[in-house]
Parts: sequence; C-alpha cells; structure tokens
Amino acid sequence: MGPVHDGAPHLVPDGRPLAGLYSRNARAVIARGLLATRTSNWTVMVSGFFEPVLYLLSMGIGLGALVGEVAGPGGQEISYAAYIAPALLAVSAMNGAVYDSTWNVFFKLNFAKLYQNMLYTSLGPLDVAIGEIFLALLRGFLYATGFTVVMAALGLATSPWALLMVPASVLIAFGFAAVGMGITSFMTRFQQMDWIGFALLPMFLFSATFYPLTVYPEPVRWFIQALPLWHGVELLRQLGVGQVGPATLGHLAYYLVMAAAGLVLTTVRLRALFLR
Amino acid sequence: MPNSSGYRAVVSARNLTKRFGDFTAVDGISFEIPAGESFGLLGPNGAGKSTIMRMLGGVSRRTSGELEVMGLDPERQGPEVRAHLGVVPQQDNLDEELRVRDNLIIYGRYFGLPMSYLRPKSAELLEFAQLGDKAGARIGELSGGMKRRLTIARSLINDPGILLLDEPTTGLDPQARHVLWDRLFRLKERGTTLVLTTHYMDEAEQLCDRLIVVDRGRIMAGGSPAELIRAHSSREVLELRFGAGRNASAAGALAGLGERIEVLPDRILVYADDGEAVLGQAVARGLEPATSLVRRSSLEDVFLRLTGRSLID
Ligand SMILES: Nc1ncnc2c1ncn2[C@@H]1O[C@H](COP(=O)(O)OP(=O)(O)O)[C@@H](O)[C@H]1O
Ligand SMILES: [Mg+2]
Repeated sequence: MGPVHDGAPHLVPDGRPLAGLYSRNARAVIARGLLATRTSNWTVMVSGFFEPVLYLLSMGIGLGALVGEVAGPGGQEISYAAYIAPALLAVSAMNGAVYDSTWNVFFKLNFAKLYQNMLYTSLGPLDVAIGEIFLALLRGFLYATGFTVVMAALGLATSPWALLMVPASVLIAFGFAAVGMGITSFMTRFQQMDWIGFALLPMFLFSATFYPLTVYPEPVRWFIQALPLWHGVELLRQLGVGQVGPATLGHLAYYLVMAAAGLVLTTVRLRALFLR
Repeated sequence: MPNSSGYRAVVSARNLTKRFGDFTAVDGISFEIPAGESFGLLGPNGAGKSTIMRMLGGVSRRTSGELEVMGLDPERQGPEVRAHLGVVPQQDNLDEELRVRDNLIIYGRYFGLPMSYLRPKSAELLEFAQLGDKAGARIGELSGGMKRRLTIARSLINDPGILLLDEPTTGLDPQARHVLWDRLFRLKERGTTLVLTTHYMDEAEQLCDRLIVVDRGRIMAGGSPAELIRAHSSREVLELRFGAGRNASAAGALAGLGERIEVLPDRILVYADDGEAVLGQAVARGLEPATSLVRRSSLEDVFLRLTGRSLID
C-alpha cells in the first residue's frame, strides 16, 4: 500500500476565498455524471430530447394545419409551427433545468445519498453545485442543438440568427437551474417539491407559448411579463426569425440577472442545502 | 492544539454539542485523540455516535463547542481536512449508477487524484476487499458483506491519515468481521489513526486503545478497555440461571455475596474478584442454579454498571 504515516500532520488553513466550500474540482463531479449516464441512464437522456419534438409535430404541424399563418415578432406572417417552435424550446430548457436542479438534486441528496458520499471527500458543496449545474446545461445544450436541427430540417428556422437559439437556451437553462437549486435548499420534504410543478405548468401554458399575449387584459399581461418564461419565449422567438432589437437585449439581461441572483442565493444557501 | 502532556492531538473536541430542534443528540462532549491511536465510541443505538462522526467529517454543523481535526475546524475547512480523512459511514452509500471499480476510481477523482495513481490503487484495493473478480459488476449485484468491504476499500483510496469508521462490522457475519479486524490492525500498524463507533463490546476490546462510553449524547466514562473494566467492574463475573420464575427469589438468597448483584430478565450476574469462590458460597447457601458460568468482566458489564441498561436491546 502507500507510504507509512508518521501520525497525521497538522494542516495550515488554506486562505483562499471559499476554501471551505470549494476545492476547484467540479470536473470530478462532471466526470462522474458522464460516466453514470453512460453506465446507467442514457435512455432517460434520449427520451428528454424527443419530448419537445413530439410537441412540435403534434401541435405545430397538426394544429398548425387548422390555424394557418400567424403574425411573428416583426409582424410578418409565419407558420404556426414556426411560431411555437422557439417557445417549445424555451419550455424544454426551463423544464430540463428545473428538473435537474430541484427533483434530481433533492433525490440525490436525500435518497440516493450521492452527495453525502461526494461531501465526505475533499469536494466542497460548491464543487458539487457547479458540477451539477454544468451537467444540466450540457444536457440542455445537446437538446437545444438537436431541436434546432429539427427546426431547420422542417424549414422553421429561416434566419442565420436562429443558430443563436442554442446558446440562448443554455442561458435560459442556467437562470432556471441556478434559482432552482437555491429554492431546493429550502425544501425538506418531497411533498414540497410538488409546488414547483404547480408553478411551472401554468407558466408553460400561459406565457405566450401557443398564442400572443394580446388576448389577455392588461394586468394579466404585466404579470406574465414579469415571469421568466415569457422572456425566454420572446428571446428565442425573436432569434428564430432574426427580428433582433433592443427588446432582445432586454430579455437577455433578464436572464443574466436571474442567473446571477440564483448563483448568489445558491452559494449563500450551500451549507443549508448540503450540510444538514 | 498542544496539550498538557506535550503531544498534539489530531482530533480534539471540546463541549461538542448538536441539537436537532429542541432534542439534544450530542450534549457537551470533550475528547482528544493523539496520532496513531485507535479510538472508540461505544454506546447503544441513538447515543449520538453517528452525529459525532458526521461533525468530525465536517458534513454536519455543530450547534456549539469547539472541534479541530488535524489542527483545522472541519466545518470551516472541510475540503482540506477531508483530503486526509477516510470515511466509512454507517449506511453504505455506494454509487449505484457506477460499476464496482468505477466506484473506487470516481471516488478518487473527488480527491483530485490522477488516473495514473488511481488505476493501480483501485486494483490493489479490490484485492484488499476480496472483490478482484467483481470489478465490472453493478453495485446491485453485491451482497451486503461485499458492499461493506467495498465501502471500506473506497475509504482508503486517498491513503488517509485518519479513518472514521461508523459501525464498520454491523451486519457482517463473524468470519467477515475477523477479516475486517485484521485489515484494520494492519492500517493501525502503518500509523493510521482509527476512530470507530460500535455497539459491539468485543469489537471495542479488540480494536480500541482507548474509548469513551457514550449514552444519550453524554460521556459516561473513558479510558482503555482494561482501565474501564478495572474502574467500573470486578475482575470476574458469575452468571447464574435459575429458570424464569425463580430469579427474583434466588437474588434475595444471594444477597451479600460478591461486590454487586445485577438481576437481568434471564439471569443473575454476581460481580466478584473470584467467581468460583462465590459460586461455592452460593451452593453452600443451598442454591441450585440450572447453569453457572464464571467469566472475566467485559465492557458490556461496564456499560450495564454505568447506565443500568444493556448495549444491545
Ligand atoms: N437529522 C436528524 N434529525 C433529527 N434527529 C436526528 C437526526 N440525526 C440523528 N438524530 C437523532 O439523534 C440521536 C442520535 O442519533 P445517532 O447519532 O444516529 O446515534 P447512534 O449513531 O449512536 O445510533 C437519535 O435520537 C436520532 O434520532
Ligand atoms: Mg449510528
């Protein structure tokens, strides 16, 4: 075996900021995630890709045949499928990120005890959080790329700007994952996780996903425009047809702030989340 | 922190306290462990042993008190302290989504260890755990004993200076326990500091240089197994069984014999320095026990004396 110990040495405290929370080794958490996916759960991965594609086929192509053309972001007529496709991508980015940062984290924390075994090593909670968020974003990136390819193949992506939907989806996922993990730190029971689903479903249905916001009375409109998904839907929709302007930057800024706030919340709550 | 006798303790706890709500699981515990010692926490279920171990590893926050592991506070400097710790939690928490060998490799990656070190090390530890032929198996295919051995092998991946073992042999069959004790002896010989919890007195007697007896979050006594027995029990114990209904009346007739008499549901214990002599006196009083046994005092007797209860209920 290894060297013989002359007892245990006394250590000098590492003065690096966040040394108690972070050992600069998030890549080990990422390596574990990739290996686990390859070993055990690649089927879940594949099914996650198909979900928005199936929605697009049934609602965009099927329902779209009834609806016909609708007004796009710049006022020009586009097919219904082209109208909802970016919205479906935003929803998929949101759902994936929220699932990974809430249910998945809660399960690995309390049931699979995965984080317990990570935290008994020299990993700190911040390594675990960064690694898990990165894995969620990588997954989101792959799904977004696949979905954008499908859109292009169906002739729904008409502008070169549409390529930017991929990084924009990753940013959307980042915002939701950072906030989601912070929220999970307040959860103590599985039942509380149901509240998250409760918040997501109406947001999915009403955030101008399937029809424009103009059908709502003014106060409802304001409320929806304050919620994150609407900004994601608008951001991707504008990129999808290349109608880029100051509003696009506004939506981007919304997510940058959301991600930053989520990261601060998550970092502050790391001890509460992981060290109970 | 240096102490009166000059050595520097690798673990030092002062008034360590942990409350869950208004329940106090660990209630002002103090102890020090010098390097290379094998230190035990002996106590029944619910005594607070696992809670103490989690605080030592820096994965549970203490409510109050001071704690240093290798000179640092594990709560503030968790990653740095744990780089030198090996941890065997009470419940195996192997990574079910990875295969056996990958469990060791990935765990080593968590310590930032390079593959060039981990490849030979994982092979060596699989041999150590007698799992060489299971390297590619899934965790779900392992027996309970195999999982325990893998968890222990995993805890050694970073060549720890301090090994924290929470009930390392609970649930193992006697042979597997002896194999494990042998491995732990070897680590001890190499200078590894062992901190282990157990509710098996024979394990504590076999493995621990020194131990504390913990009950309801408090230290009842501390010392080497021999010191504890000397201080809290007689040299020998006479165990008498009279059959269920007659224990109480027999206990009356035994009054005054030995140093102390303990009446348990199934037997009577008479504490004395010479058990055979006391047995002779009992027979001379006309008592006819169904069975009698003279044995040396053990930590179980110490625990019974200190708390009025058995270790294993
Ligand atoms: N997370 C927790 N929340 C509430 N109570 C706990 C928690 N962990 C342990 N306890 C309680 O603290 C006491 C000590 O538990 P533990 O340290 O596991 O004891 P032992 O390891 O000696 O059996 C028990 O009464 C247990 O129920
Ligand atoms: Mg325990």
